[in-house]
Amino acid sequence: MTASCAIRLNSTLTAEQKALFQSPDQIRNVLATARTIAIVGLSTEPQKASHFVASYLQDAGYRIVPVNPRGGVILGETVYGNLAEIPFAVDVVDVFRPSPDVDVLAATAIQIGAKVLWQQLRINNIAAATHASEAGLVSIIDACIKMEHGRYSGGLHTVGMNTEIVTARRLRSPGSAF
Amino acid sequence: MTQPRSFGFETRMLHAGHVPDAETGARAVPIHQSTSFVFHDTRHAAHLFELKQYGNIYSRISNPTTAVFEERIASLENGTGALAVASGMAAQLTTFLTLLSPGDEIVASSHLYGGSVTQLTHTLKKLSLKVHFVDPRRLENWEQAITPRTRLLYGEIIGNPRGSILDVEPLAKLGNAHRIPLVVDATFATPYLCRPIDWGATIVVHSATKFIGGHGNSLGGVIVDSGKFDFSSFATLADPSDAYHGLRFHDTFAHYAFLMKARVETVRDTGACISPTNSFLLIQGLETLSVRMERHVQNALRVAKFLDAHPKVAWVSYAGLSDHPDHALAQKYLPLGAGAVFTFGLLAPTPADAREKGKQLIERLQLFSHLANVGDARSLVIHPASTTHQQLSEEELIRGGVGPEMVRLSVGLETSEDLLWDLDQALEGIS
Repeated sequence: MTASCAIRLNSTLTAEQKALFQSPDQIRNVLATARTIAIVGLSTEPQKASHFVASYLQDAGYRIVPVNPRGGVILGETVYGNLAEIPFAVDVVDVFRPSPDVDVLAATAIQIGAKVLWQQLRINNIAAATHASEAGLVSIIDACIKMEHGRYSGGLHTVGMNTEIVTARRLRSPGSAF
Repeated sequence: MTQPRSFGFETRMLHAGHVPDAETGARAVPIHQSTSFVFHDTRHAAHLFELKQYGNIYSRISNPTTAVFEERIASLENGTGALAVASGMAAQLTTFLTLLSPGDEIVASSHLYGGSVTQLTHTLKKLSLKVHFVDPRRLENWEQAITPRTRLLYGEIIGNPRGSILDVEPLAKLGNAHRIPLVVDATFATPYLCRPIDWGATIVVHSATKFIGGHGNSLGGVIVDSGKFDFSSFATLADPSDAYHGLRFHDTFAHYAFLMKARVETVRDTGACISPTNSFLLIQGLETLSVRMERHVQNALRVAKFLDAHPKVAWVSYAGLSDHPDHALAQKYLPLGAGAVFTFGLLAPTPADAREKGKQLIERLQLFSHLANVGDARSLVIHPASTTHQQLSEEELIRGGVGPEMVRLSVGLETSEDLLWDLDQALEGIS
């Protein structure tokens, strides 16, 4: 991995919190290594943000695991009632639930051996994030996993957004930006 | 692990928005002169149309060359993203059409480019949008014009043609207090001289045709969003969109909502898109922006001082001069220079005489090109009352400060002594 550009926009965190919970190096490493992403609070409605994110992640080659008490099937994947019911390992727990709910989710994520606890945009339970970090997980808060993937894979750039990436190095192959 | 790096303005002028591609490694930005782009498969196509994937469909909506221009200008303005369109007029109209619904109101500065006054007054009226023009120099004027239907505040950072400076910071605060976004046209400043987002503006628009392109060869406009305004209760962005099966842009795209909607609804439907070749030429302009603007403002100040001391000149309105009423504002918002477009008035006993002398001056100039544009590398001259602002009524001309004696200059990059020589010989020849 080459040196990272500072990502300063669209964050409500302090510089110190950003260094802990929105580190570009950690985010790029998560996107490069994760394969299975549990999405807690994934909606069945195709026009909801969580559905956009899940379908995008599938297109990007990740396996998504819907977690929602309603059960059923979303985007071709079996829905589990909670994280503990998932019968296989997940790399990332991606949270679309209000901040107070993240305390319990962090504890479960640690329990099931997830490697990353990712709180989506505007979800910023610092205590839960710290708890997960202390247990050895990578903790990301107040960031969208789709936007971050789009930042480094070139997608956000195609729609004119400021990725804040500045480099004169040639891309080696698609996805090498991670 | 090294500390993440924040790069400087000049570095971003040259590099932001363009990573050399894996296939060719082309160092200059390639011109993707293609109307349309091949899908990977049917699922990819469907997801692009549903906005579930980022990617190019058709150059009316997005284009790889244009994306470099967009991201680069967003970076220079410290914005969250940008949308390039056909012209500066298209940039402001796209902003209005994206944010407003019939019955909504705008409070706008009266110190605007004449074409903008016409667009706001006549074209927006056809869409049932109402505009209140205010003298921008007093904050109370803005506040008093705000009604429960006001959805947008609009002004130019350097007003065309009188060169008044918009006091962005208190105006942005007023907007925030009323939950109304402030849109600032920063064409005359460029992001090198002023970045309105840093002072609280919500959205910045440019006619990129001017100093950004800088060579008078390409039309283009651009809209930059700060990503900082809370649009969660703003009907056009928060309510379900009929054009996308009930998609709520603010819920789904958050700080990208305004720009996404402007792109995939407004420009998709109006067709006010930019050509990829123009985007390329505007990118070329951006790569030398700081170097050109430094010389533009240096020459402009020299020319302004020369005219100020000339016996045939009644007044010079350049905020870079210490006796200009907005000089303090210029020092605050434009510390590197108050732009390179300004006006001056010829000494004349009557309006008719002033008009005649203005014509004589323009006829005698040898280096200043007489045309309707600003922001070229070459020096330009025009008589606004009979050209750029001629569609305005007498009352509108007075409100915009456009008198018959007024001559507007856009000072270029020529040898400054030659510009002074030209003005001097032309002024001397006036009878």
